[in-house]
Amino acid sequence: MPQHDEATLEAVSIDQSSGDFRYPEQYTHDAGFGLTEKTIDYICDVKNDPDWVRDFRHRALDVFRKKPMPTHWASKDLENIHFDNIRYYLSKGQRSTRSWDEVPDDVKQTFERLGIPEKERKYLAGVEAQFDSEAAYSNVKQEIEKDGVIFVNSTEGLKEHADIFRRWFGKVIPTSDNKFSALNSAVFSGGSFIYVPPGVKVRHPLQAYFRINAEQFGQFERTLIIVDEGAEVTYMEGCTAPKFETATLHSAVVELVAMPHAKIQYITVQNWSANVFNLVTKRGLAHENAEVRWIDCNIGSRLTMKYPGVIMKGRKARGEVISIALANDGQHQDTGAKMVHAADETTSNIVSKSISVGKGRATYRGLVHIPKHLKGCKNNTECDALLINNSSRTDTYPAITVRGNQHATQHEASVSQVSEDQIFYMQQRGLSEAEAMSLSVNGFVNDLVREFPMEYSVELKRLIDLEMEDSVG
Amino acid sequence: MSEAVAPLNFEERTLESAWFAKPPRVENPELPAWYHALRESAWENFQKLPQPVRTDEHWRFANLRKLNFGEMEPAPALPAGEEQQILEQSQGLSEVSERFVFANNRLITREPAESALAAQGVICQPLERALVEHGDLVQRYFMKEAPRAGGEKFAALHQSADLSGIFLYLPKGARIEKPIEVFHWAKGEHATVFPHTLIVAEEDASAQVVEYYQSAGDDATFAISMADLLSEKGSQVKHLICQQWNSDSRHVHISSTKVGRDAFAQSGIVNLGGEWVRNECVSRMIAPGARSEMLSVGLAGGKEEYDQRTLQLHEAQHTSSDLLYKNALYDTARTIFAGLIVVEPGAHHTDAYQKCRNLMGSGEAEANSMPGLEIDADQVKCSHGSTTGQIDDEELFYFNSRGISEETAREMITFGFLNEVLERFGNEELDKLLLEKVEEEFRRMRAATA
Repeated sequence: MPQHDEATLEAVSIDQSSGDFRYPEQYTHDAGFGLTEKTIDYICDVKNDPDWVRDFRHRALDVFRKKPMPTHWASKDLENIHFDNIRYYLSKGQRSTRSWDEVPDDVKQTFERLGIPEKERKYLAGVEAQFDSEAAYSNVKQEIEKDGVIFVNSTEGLKEHADIFRRWFGKVIPTSDNKFSALNSAVFSGGSFIYVPPGVKVRHPLQAYFRINAEQFGQFERTLIIVDEGAEVTYMEGCTAPKFETATLHSAVVELVAMPHAKIQYITVQNWSANVFNLVTKRGLAHENAEVRWIDCNIGSRLTMKYPGVIMKGRKARGEVISIALANDGQHQDTGAKMVHAADETTSNIVSKSISVGKGRATYRGLVHIPKHLKGCKNNTECDALLINNSSRTDTYPAITVRGNQHATQHEASVSQVSEDQIFYMQQRGLSEAEAMSLSVNGFVNDLVREFPMEYSVELKRLIDLEMEDSVG
Repeated sequence: MSEAVAPLNFEERTLESAWFAKPPRVENPELPAWYHALRESAWENFQKLPQPVRTDEHWRFANLRKLNFGEMEPAPALPAGEEQQILEQSQGLSEVSERFVFANNRLITREPAESALAAQGVICQPLERALVEHGDLVQRYFMKEAPRAGGEKFAALHQSADLSGIFLYLPKGARIEKPIEVFHWAKGEHATVFPHTLIVAEEDASAQVVEYYQSAGDDATFAISMADLLSEKGSQVKHLICQQWNSDSRHVHISSTKVGRDAFAQSGIVNLGGEWVRNECVSRMIAPGARSEMLSVGLAGGKEEYDQRTLQLHEAQHTSSDLLYKNALYDTARTIFAGLIVVEPGAHHTDAYQKCRNLMGSGEAEANSMPGLEIDADQVKCSHGSTTGQIDDEELFYFNSRGISEETAREMITFGFLNEVLERFGNEELDKLLLEKVEEEFRRMRAATA
């Protein structure tokens, strides 16, 4: 492939500078740098945690200290995270507000910059926007509350709805799952708690926006979504972060529980700035005939490691991961999926598309596990990678274990470039090289983009389509 | 992966057993000094190198218990009577250009007694003799490739040991039409053999080497074998090992292939037996036009475990590689396939393919696949696929409706599945011979479980 002109490079990269702004830091609570027992107690005191949460956090800190970094398979870049130089808790000390008028102006401005026009809000069922550690704004439409749906931040969830919360909290992703899930368990704050009662189908997607706005500040949200028998919900999460001079750590834990016949869709669009370590553990538990879908779009960050998983625990449970990753210069998108079949006739599907631009590196890492004594399990995995430049890199590392003769799995991966013929053809019809390249990249991911619901198309368009087109010419 | 890193368990830490108390070799004063020095340092290296642990990606999913070899012993010479029996059982192809038979690490016969290939300038000798007669030439090529798939400790042990096997050197333009056959037999409790194959093909030369690894009796034996292939400009080299060990024997095979400009190399494996078999196969495409084929057939039954790691390394532009590994699994057999295609920076216009297919014949068998890609170049056509499935009911119904019993149908489908690879070895008689071995092993396996 020939070297493309700068316009082309710009066309296929995403302008991340629109998220590149910040406001003065005015934090009323600050746990300081580093992580010790004192930090944990400080967080517990500020948040007024119940005793069981305090114990939980302290146990998690021990696990975090004992766990080695997973650098025997993961990027050595992890060694550049200096846990002592990170602030683990910050809060405005404000309670979640219910009315839009009570939201501080700078937070409102943040939303403006994120591109959520006010008029769009009424189409959204509820907005749970996290400004740093605590939810700054929370608005759940009355009709949903009437149905008994709970949509609060996780702090409120563990206090006000302890009976449901404690039953599943830490059960899908145990503290000891990995070093970063242990870290999150020790210092988590913010995130959402959602409970949907049996049979309730939430028509509007629930939505939360996250931001990081303090230098060297790790953000450790904890989200728990429980959807009871026969109920359905779609949850959407979007992230942009302003650019800082030193690395920022983001390490979330998201647990989903789909009771029999329930459906959960969890949609993420993220556009971190290029210095963020984004190390996230996401997993769903699907009971009989339930469905868990992860739809994920990863853009930006220095290193993203994210492998959404589904444990199919009940007969005929279904799991799906649909993922788009774009790695630009100096970025490493290490994403994938984890499908654990634990019951008969469970099916899983993984479709992953990645684009590597400049010196960007996109990695797919997958795990499919079908143990003994099960019947009729199926997995389909497809990974496609698109390389834009000579120096772009892509890797694929799947691991598939199948025991027994009553299952079917298939894995396919391909790597390709935007073909010169294609570009030439489009140029013949009057498009510039940049526009042609942009169109090709869009075409590559188009079938997955359609998986994102209409409500989210604004964010996605902003992140992929419009930004590309805007930078042409 | 967000999976937990398990602390090393007791078992893994106590793996370190004295495989050998002293180097498994007898000093032969005829051998060149450089070789002696190399073996000394290899022995030191072997003792220093750690045992593989599960956190090493090259040993992911591996059954490390199988590395607890206990006491391995150098294989003793066999009595003349037993050697005679072995010779009678060394049945291979009807037409070969050379045939070597090794038993317990020693050459017991070669046919013809003196190589007829010498006229073309070809050197085809037992490695030990080549070390004495062509020491400088062997030195240039002997074990120049470091293992890249986790087997360093085994390679060091191999390098320090007495080796059996052959050295084949093909000068420019030498073409050997008929295959060269090599038999390796092992017998005696804990007897360990070290077959080595070194093939060097200069410009435009061509040859095919077929090796058979077999147990003489039911003793638990060990084999640590290595094969190095070097295919220079325009040459064509094919190498195949077919192992039929008994179900108590263990085998580590490490092969490395280096393919030059417009050259072709094929490295094949047929696994039919063994308690635990580890294959590490590396192909390096080092100049434009290099083409490599990596093929494997596995029939795993009983408690057999085949652990295969492959690497297709594209270091130059316009190179291609094609890998096809097929396993049919029965009983509680277990297989691991970990393949990696690496396209290095600048290795543009690479075509690389990798396919692993597992046919599951029992509810207890386990197949692990890790087909990997690392692409750092442009204009690359790369794909990999891995499938695991079973024989379709509809296929069986089709056979049934034509009066073929289910059992026969399953057999036929399995053989057809494996034969797709066998026929790519490119020799009709060899295909037939290998298929007969597959059938023999299949029936033996079925009888054992019936």
